[in-house]
Amino acid sequence: MTQLPKQTAKKLGLVIDLDTCVGCHACVISCKGWNTENYGAPLSDQNAYGADPSGTFLNRVHSYEVQPEQGTAQLIHFPKSCLHCEDAPCVTVCPTGASYKRVEDGIVLVNENDCIGCSLCAWACPYGARELDAKEGVMKKCTLCVDRIYNENLPEEDREPACVRTCPAGARHFGDLGDPDSDVSLLVAARGGFDLMPEQGTKPVNKYLPPRPKDVMPEFDVLAPFLEPVATTGTGFAHWLDKTLSALPGGSK
Amino acid sequence: MSLDQPALDTSPHVSDEVRKTTCYMCACRCGINVHMKDGKVAYIEGNRDHPVNKGVLCAKGSAGIMQHNAPSRLRAPLRRVGERGSGEFEEISWEEALQTATDWLAPIREKHPEKLAFFTGRDQSQSFTSFWAQGFGTPNYAAHGGFCSVNMAAAGIYTMGGAFWEFGQPDWDHTKLFMLFGVAEDHDSNPIKMGIGKLKARGARMIGVNPIRTGYNAVADDWVGITPGTDGLFILALVHCLMQAGKVDLDYLARFTNASVLVNEDPKSDQFGLFLRDDQGQPQVIDRRTGTLAPWNGQGVEPDLAATHRAAGITHRPVFHLMADRYLDASYAPEAVADRCGIPASRIRAIAADLARVAFDEAISLDREWTDFRGKKHKEMIGRPVSFHAMRGISAHSNGFQTCRALHMLQIILGAVETPGGMRFKPPYPKPATAHPKPHGKVTPGAALDGPHLGYVQGPEDLLLHDDGTPKRIDKAFSWENPMSAHGLMHMVISNAHAGDPYKIDTLFMYMANMSWNSSMNVGGVHKMLTDKDENGDYVIPRIIYSDAYSSEMVAYADLILPDTTYLERHDCISLLDRPICEADGVADAIRWPVVEPDRDVRGFQSVLCDLGARLGLPGFVNDDGSAKYKDYADYITNHIRRPGIGPLAGFRDADGSSEGRGTANPDQLQNYIDNGGFWIAHVPENCAYYKPFSAEYQDWAVKMGFYDVVQPYIFQLYVEPLRKFQAAAEGRGHRQPPDHLRGQIKATMDPLPIWYPPFEDGHIDPVEYPIHALTQRPMAMYHSWGSQNAWLRQIHGHNPLYVPTKIWEANGFKDGDWARVTSAHGSITVPVAHQAALNENTIWTWNAIGKRKGAWALDKDAPEATKGFLLNHLIHELLPPRGDGLRWANSDPITGQAAWFDLRVKIEKSGLPNEAQPMMPTIKSPVPKGPKDLAWKAGQ
Repeated sequence: MTQLPKQTAKKLGLVIDLDTCVGCHACVISCKGWNTENYGAPLSDQNAYGADPSGTFLNRVHSYEVQPEQGTAQLIHFPKSCLHCEDAPCVTVCPTGASYKRVEDGIVLVNENDCIGCSLCAWACPYGARELDAKEGVMKKCTLCVDRIYNENLPEEDREPACVRTCPAGARHFGDLGDPDSDVSLLVAARGGFDLMPEQGTKPVNKYLPPRPKDVMPEFDVLAPFLEPVATTGTGFAHWLDKTLSALPGGSK
Repeated sequence: MSLDQPALDTSPHVSDEVRKTTCYMCACRCGINVHMKDGKVAYIEGNRDHPVNKGVLCAKGSAGIMQHNAPSRLRAPLRRVGERGSGEFEEISWEEALQTATDWLAPIREKHPEKLAFFTGRDQSQSFTSFWAQGFGTPNYAAHGGFCSVNMAAAGIYTMGGAFWEFGQPDWDHTKLFMLFGVAEDHDSNPIKMGIGKLKARGARMIGVNPIRTGYNAVADDWVGITPGTDGLFILALVHCLMQAGKVDLDYLARFTNASVLVNEDPKSDQFGLFLRDDQGQPQVIDRRTGTLAPWNGQGVEPDLAATHRAAGITHRPVFHLMADRYLDASYAPEAVADRCGIPASRIRAIAADLARVAFDEAISLDREWTDFRGKKHKEMIGRPVSFHAMRGISAHSNGFQTCRALHMLQIILGAVETPGGMRFKPPYPKPATAHPKPHGKVTPGAALDGPHLGYVQGPEDLLLHDDGTPKRIDKAFSWENPMSAHGLMHMVISNAHAGDPYKIDTLFMYMANMSWNSSMNVGGVHKMLTDKDENGDYVIPRIIYSDAYSSEMVAYADLILPDTTYLERHDCISLLDRPICEADGVADAIRWPVVEPDRDVRGFQSVLCDLGARLGLPGFVNDDGSAKYKDYADYITNHIRRPGIGPLAGFRDADGSSEGRGTANPDQLQNYIDNGGFWIAHVPENCAYYKPFSAEYQDWAVKMGFYDVVQPYIFQLYVEPLRKFQAAAEGRGHRQPPDHLRGQIKATMDPLPIWYPPFEDGHIDPVEYPIHALTQRPMAMYHSWGSQNAWLRQIHGHNPLYVPTKIWEANGFKDGDWARVTSAHGSITVPVAHQAALNENTIWTWNAIGKRKGAWALDKDAPEATKGFLLNHLIHELLPPRGDGLRWANSDPITGQAAWFDLRVKIEKSGLPNEAQPMMPTIKSPVPKGPKDLAWKAGQ
């Protein structure tokens, strides 16, 4: 069994806005690209051009249809990756110490040199956020781009996870959720951010922002004042027009 | 053990070099940073400085590395050795390939240039390929617009000098209410996502109008699940409500639109329905200052929206009166349209009220002084912060042109075009129809065509017809069947060439268009046409040359293959002469350059055309001594001069690269672009960043930048007089007359004010027998057929179920895992189904172009794209079913010829479980080897 740190200096994580995510998968592929080339073994793909292609991804977008009792069905796009839990069961279950949570920022990582590919961590994770790479036989998971966020070879503005940098709709935010004054913490407070499956007791660091209520047109009388008729025929309209134009500055009639 | 963390290098080497070029994973054309390691492509991300994507990048863009490595890449020129369609080829040298093409093409040019049909698909170099075709002398050139979104583009140009996407965009920074009508999720790609993100961050509202609630519609605050093909009716009901309530921007309409222009109202007059004009030919308005006639553009004129004019016994009324007559009619009332649109009348009224509230009660103004073309000074820029966007969803219907016109009219009556918070044009647009060329089609053997192929007709006199009335073009563009076919009709070329109607051709030359698969209707029929032989045993379409970078389904049907490069191996220019990538606040263009050299015997298609052009001696491609003018496409991009001072790229002109817009060629121009991140941008002066068509300062800037050569302000054409001229001809007026069988259609559809009529398919089949609408959508993570060869993207969209709404799902007793037989008047498919509740109750749909033919794209024959994936194309024909009048009517818009993909009606029934989706075409032999089984790509070790 591997121990979790009692506390971490920071709680780095993601805030994902479900009101804004259009389900485009940009984050999925940007993550695949960066992490294939960087941290640890490449993310491999089996049957890449055949039947049932299946590769390793650290981030996937699922789409769920929601059918409320009243009103119209909705589609929610739900990106999911490791939530970097404070009480991460994937760490405590690891028999070799390969899975660990960093003291300085709370990022949960796998030390691939020590990983024996037993998959206990993937079973322990209630979110299904870990994937065993079929080629390398090691456990892969979101690193929060630990090799980007501090990387002095990158311009400062690029020191954020690849998925955040690429998200076209700006639905992904990165920061220190341990600091109540950070932008991400303020966003969570303002928008009612929530934990995914809090009943699991894992205390996820990542937060989700809920979709705003849908299909509620602003309430007003549809006839007045905005649509109160000024005329119902062409002739009546011409009369209204004459009158209205005369009242405008420069009206000469 | 947690305190015993392993040492971790958090600053690893990222890349040896970053090369900045332009993406080509779809038509959006974002800037990309290509990270190189050991000379190989290691990672692709968005370019933060680029005007299109400002750093972000979609799934396709990030997956470019897998496109670049795809096993489906063609490797060498190919000559067909088996029967057409067999996929039997032999590799040949480039010299042999180019000599073969020259031997085929030179005699055609000498005698009958029109016997070459050159169509270029998803070409991003149309100003170049059209220049080549013009030099060749054939009238038969176009790209893919005719089967894509010409309705939107042409309706926009004729109405207001531009449409959406490449022409214009919502004012994302100021709009408060955004209304999105059905849109392919990549038209355009990242800018819309970024825009929606901006709206969400500001708390602005968004209404999605689409039969299907996915993607952008999933995040819309309100979703209107409209019945396909009724968007125009819905929009005109909104217009009805707004006009009835007087919620229209009268000042804007009077000054900046032809609502104030006077129209001849006398049916007996030969000018009936045309504008009253002065001696100079200028349309007339009543000047409110004097109450008398004045030209629309006279200095100081204050056009009157209301006054009529009677002279010589003829009454002339302003366009606005005609609009009131039409749109106040009860037939456009929400209650009258609700059932057909599938939207309750109360909801239509609520949306109209919402538009009115935001446009007028929440109006904004920017503190920017400006002067209009009549010399009037305006102290501020008033904005109506409602904006709209639409593309193919409303375009790809037989009523698409008028529906797009209706949407543009709705924006205009709200005063929400080129005003803060509304829709903004992107330079070099706005540019009215009259500032574009007219179409040209005069053929001279051995010489160039008389001008550009495509353009904007102003009346029957501009049609491309022979004296006997037969069309000059193989696709019958600019004929009475579709007079305003501004983008040509690529989708009709194969069937017309096969039928020899209007004439037979010799060589079909195509680039980058999968015309034997997802880009054609009636796929099986097209296969027959491409392989059909005459009584002598010769192919009916004698020769087919095709250029593509990949082993697409089309390859097998060509006689000669000219293999193109991938987008990372080539030069390109994203030119202002072509389909620009500008922003509302800036004019921009960009390049591609070979960030890696090809490792196969392939050449960029445009460089091949330079070579072929020289071998054929085409004007513009040879020097006076007959030698080749351009070494390759890069040479052309740098040195070609289209008009004095104007070349393919507008940035870094003149020998020292110091000029913008106009200037002489600069030998270092491409390097200047590379040094600048692959693009160039110049910003619109702030005081003319809105109200561009009407702003004197913008007009001066546009001339300075070279968009056009003389100042040409204009007003929006709510009433499109050229449409009226065609209608008048159909009524028997004028010398050039349509054939009798088309008179009724032209009179009914070419109305100078926007109208709605039911999709044509509804009148040719029995809507009771075929009660269901069938649509496709393009996923955000796939572009056409290209995505399936991409090892990463095909894991997201590897097959495409047919999505079925609850009512139809339950009526048929469908369960998960079921298959269904779907039948149209033209054919049947058998495909897997899935349930979707957030869907118009009479509509089924699937993702576009996921289905693949076995043997293509270097996929295994048991790949899900080939076994379960399918196309709706099998259900759609380029002609409507016969209806007993002895004629076959085109399945397209009667004004522009746009393919009416989305008019499709079907019926559905549960089927047994087939092994594979039906119809299943025979496997084609692949000209490329299979890809590796597994992948673990890593450039740096």
